[in-house]
Amino acid sequence: METKEMRAVYCDTLIDLAKTNEKIMVVEADLMRASGTMKFKDIFPERAIDVGVAEANMVGVSAGLSAGGKIPFAATFGCFASRRVFDQFFISANYAKLNVKLVGTDPGISAAFNGGTHMPFEDIGMMKLIPNLTILEPSDPISLEALLRACAEHEGCTYMRLHRKAIAPLYKEDEKFALGKGNVLRDGNDVTLIALGAILVPEALKASEMLQKEGISAAVIDMHTVKPLDEELVLAYAKKTRGIVTAENHQVSGGLGASIASFLSKEHPTRMAMVGINDEFGQVGTQTWLQNYYKLTAEEIALQAKSLLK
Amino acid sequence: MLPSASLIHLQDFAKEIRKKTLYTIGNLGVGHIGGALSIVELLALLYEQEMHVDAKNPNWEDRDLLVLSKGHAGPALYATLALKGFFPLSELDTLNQGGTNLPSHCDRTKTPGIDMSTGSLGQGLSSACGLALAKRLDHKNVYVYAVIGDGESQEGQNWEAAMFASQYKLDHLIAFTDYNKMQIDGNTEDIMGLGDIVGKWETFGWFTQRIDGHDLEAMHQAVENAKAQQGKPSMIILDTIKGKGAAFCEGKVTNHNMNFDLTIANEAIAQLG
Repeated sequence: METKEMRAVYCDTLIDLAKTNEKIMVVEADLMRASGTMKFKDIFPERAIDVGVAEANMVGVSAGLSAGGKIPFAATFGCFASRRVFDQFFISANYAKLNVKLVGTDPGISAAFNGGTHMPFEDIGMMKLIPNLTILEPSDPISLEALLRACAEHEGCTYMRLHRKAIAPLYKEDEKFALGKGNVLRDGNDVTLIALGAILVPEALKASEMLQKEGISAAVIDMHTVKPLDEELVLAYAKKTRGIVTAENHQVSGGLGASIASFLSKEHPTRMAMVGINDEFGQVGTQTWLQNYYKLTAEEIALQAKSLLK
Repeated sequence: MLPSASLIHLQDFAKEIRKKTLYTIGNLGVGHIGGALSIVELLALLYEQEMHVDAKNPNWEDRDLLVLSKGHAGPALYATLALKGFFPLSELDTLNQGGTNLPSHCDRTKTPGIDMSTGSLGQGLSSACGLALAKRLDHKNVYVYAVIGDGESQEGQNWEAAMFASQYKLDHLIAFTDYNKMQIDGNTEDIMGLGDIVGKWETFGWFTQRIDGHDLEAMHQAVENAKAQQGKPSMIILDTIKGKGAAFCEGKVTNHNMNFDLTIANEAIAQLG
């Protein structure tokens, strides 16, 4: 697969699913053009619902659609999908044990020019507090398609962070993915880099190459599902290597790193470092500028890995 | 027009719901009695006259649905469902006890006959919209009923749902506002008045009626009028009295969530005859 817009993969996969499953629906809050789901609307006009600029109602209507047997994929910017509608998603969808697939687009610094108001660094942390909710962030077009299909099959609510822009594939077409099971992209013996999402997983791979040149063998894991955490895989690599560096486009407090640290502190205390946002708000800038400002880079991951091994 | 025998039967059913509601909350010692008693006639009409439901098959796909968005009035709905045979009347004794199927606020995962979990005010009308849309897509000729409170109408999400139902022409959505004129902190008019509530809903594109919410005949006629509408959702504003039918709490602004014991409840039940 060539480099592809993630939102195009999102839309095309939903269209493909919808052809054989009439329950699949798209719900949007005046961001169909941003989420890339206009094509879905062209093919299935009755199953593409635009509620206008009303995210709370988007989640409420989705809950009702689910109670009526549908499988709604509701998308808006991640800041609104979490902060603005937390109670609607918590009560009407999750507490009610329904089947709403909420999608938060433009995670973290990928919000770039939309700036601090639109830059969610806390959505995973909030969502982690919802019991039984499955939370994921695919890292490339191949994993997105596979995990989206898994979400559709999963009975229960999901929250998916969706990077909308074009991303180069990291995986071969035949790679297998399952919710709650991390994928090992590169094996290693000295240190383990556990990353999340379309920005940090490639950075972790780069960091691994940089470390390799210095004689350090770094494993790289794409932990696309934050919850439920693949504890078995985390434990195996905590035992196999001498330390773990997590990397995420999110606050380290409340994010993937915090989940892994919490788990390992009980099961197998392990030296860890966490690359991510450290108690800061977002701001405007190009994605590259933001990546450097917040140190979401291969260099930072490699630096942290080396300091762990000292 | 309802035949007079039907009207008498509905009045008797409403009285039974009122008695069981008073008993259920009195037995516990505390609860949302005011807003439960104000919708008793509505629940009697819906479950005995208007809604197609099956107590033996609560999840029947072709049933009419109710979203009680003012979820704190759950005990009145539990009394109604128990009287209809959805679960034994004895379960009413378990209200709010650990492990109960009858929590203070409606929960679709626990109680047979409850179609939507509610209690965080302002959310139910959106859910009702989604349900009505799902049923229309499946070509099911069923009605979705929703009940919101007057205080609850202050939640902005209702008005998002109001625009949605109108835009999507949800003519099988029939909503009611329990306009009992009171909320926790006082008279609705003094806290955050609803103003021209009929005009508000009409402006949002709803077929809107305003009637006495304790008049079964008038409510039946209003539901008939609503069903005759095409291309528009319906709002029926019910003028009600908070705590209706129980002298110890009727019309008292303190009755939203009130302490009272079984002795007081039994006095009120005896007065109902």
